[in-house]
Amino acid sequence: MDSPMIEMHGIRKRFDDLEVLKGVDYSVARGAVSCLIGPSGSGKSTLLRCVNGLQLADEGEVWVDGELIGLRVEGEHVVPLPEKLIADQRRQIGMVFQRFNLFPHMTALENVTAGPLRVNGAGKEEARQLALRLLDQVGLAARGDHYPNELSGGQQQRVAIARALAMRPKVMLFDEPTSALDPELVGEVLSVMRDLAADGMTMIVVTHEMGFAREVADHVCFMDEGVIVEQGHPDAVLTDPRTARAREFLKRG
Amino acid sequence: MTVTPGAARRTRREPRPGPWRYVAIAVIVLAALTLLDAALTNPNFGWPTVGQYLFSAVMLRGLLLTLELTAIVMVVGSLLGVVLAVMRTSANPFVSRTAWTYIWFFRGTPLLIQVIFWFNIAALFPRIELAVPFGPTLAGIDANALVTPWTAAVLALSLNEGAYMAEIVRGGLLGVDRGQYEAAQALGMRPGRVFRIIMPQAVRTIIPPTANQLVTTFKNTALVSVIGLADLLHSAQVVYALNYQTIPLLIVAACWYLLLTSLLSYVQGLLERKYSKGYAPRSRPVAKEV
Repeated sequence: MDSPMIEMHGIRKRFDDLEVLKGVDYSVARGAVSCLIGPSGSGKSTLLRCVNGLQLADEGEVWVDGELIGLRVEGEHVVPLPEKLIADQRRQIGMVFQRFNLFPHMTALENVTAGPLRVNGAGKEEARQLALRLLDQVGLAARGDHYPNELSGGQQQRVAIARALAMRPKVMLFDEPTSALDPELVGEVLSVMRDLAADGMTMIVVTHEMGFAREVADHVCFMDEGVIVEQGHPDAVLTDPRTARAREFLKRG
Repeated sequence: MTVTPGAARRTRREPRPGPWRYVAIAVIVLAALTLLDAALTNPNFGWPTVGQYLFSAVMLRGLLLTLELTAIVMVVGSLLGVVLAVMRTSANPFVSRTAWTYIWFFRGTPLLIQVIFWFNIAALFPRIELAVPFGPTLAGIDANALVTPWTAAVLALSLNEGAYMAEIVRGGLLGVDRGQYEAAQALGMRPGRVFRIIMPQAVRTIIPPTANQLVTTFKNTALVSVIGLADLLHSAQVVYALNYQTIPLLIVAACWYLLLTSLLSYVQGLLERKYSKGYAPRSRPVAKEV
């Protein structure tokens, strides 16, 4: 299929008197990695959170794999879906947070089995096998029975990636996954993400890691003040930006 | 004498106690001895009577009722508290204001009045009827038959307990990091399942104030003695109304209250340790990089 995995049309979002997204059109092809870059407050994270309905846009539509997110078409109108149906839509959209957000009262293994057991109704042993495989994939096979506070930041983030993967998502969203990490721990997380990209996962990555964007992304999007200023192939956007704003931002980075 | 750095000197780590420490000890010991003397030599304490009634059937029956009441009130009150707390954090303003009003009312009036009020509910509604509003009556029962002292006590204490527990539970829920809600939602959990991720984390901060609340409730049950329910205090009152041994029987009741509250504090400690799982680091050090 050639239709994009993620399509966003005319997304607007306002918080009180601050318009964070001012009509954004954005799409990501199947199996592609798209990096969202830009100064803080430019709306990247809000745009990302619109993809899985953690944030509902005031205007515009989000489509993931042909499904309208957070809304239902009723005649000529679209109306918000009830929260439980939005929850169901999120099952196939994995998300990784800046501050990991592992469940602190569960071990690494329990964090990874949480989705399959509690949402997908998988059997205990099946969930366990899947979790062990995923922990192994992120290089933490030996850490299953550790609680999050017994793991380093990089390890926690890798568990968080495994937790999201356990739902077998079609799409993975990364919200500044390495921004809360000590510099020496960034590499191990990026390496897991690189493998994931190589496996053909469709990914949106909000990041300040220009090296990662350059190397892994198929598409880079530069946002500023709630609009996409420039987008395209990483070589073009990162090396030879057309707009003054992007040039200015990349020079500082 | 010159003082040189690094010279071998014997250091005394503990500061030498000043003279006030000895004065304080002397005063306290003297006061304790005076109290002990009074307690042992003053026959009005009636220690033999205390001994006689401490394990008497009438007091143990009273204790049992007090414990029963505490347990029921705590369970009903906690469930009510969770419901009210969830309502209070609801995005629907009608729902959250309803919970707010409930809490405002039951925390804002004396518990003693609430107990007496429920006991006298028959004066307000002589018959309690199940009916369609402004329509026909489906079933009815005499209020005095329905609201016995026992039901009045359970109603009053539980409804009041619910208001206090609601604030405790709400505090716990608000204390859980926003990111925990989002992580659970992002996994595709519906609101009920999200709650089951959040609640165990909230429990950790809910336990200490709840244990305090349990101790308070346990002692508050003594209020039901005013509506003639044979709890621990009322049992003591019944006995001393007959034998005029007021002080010894109050001591008997106080002993039981004190023993049970001490026991509850101990259990609180155990629970706090159980729910600190994943917060206080275990003896194992942070894992080395893989």
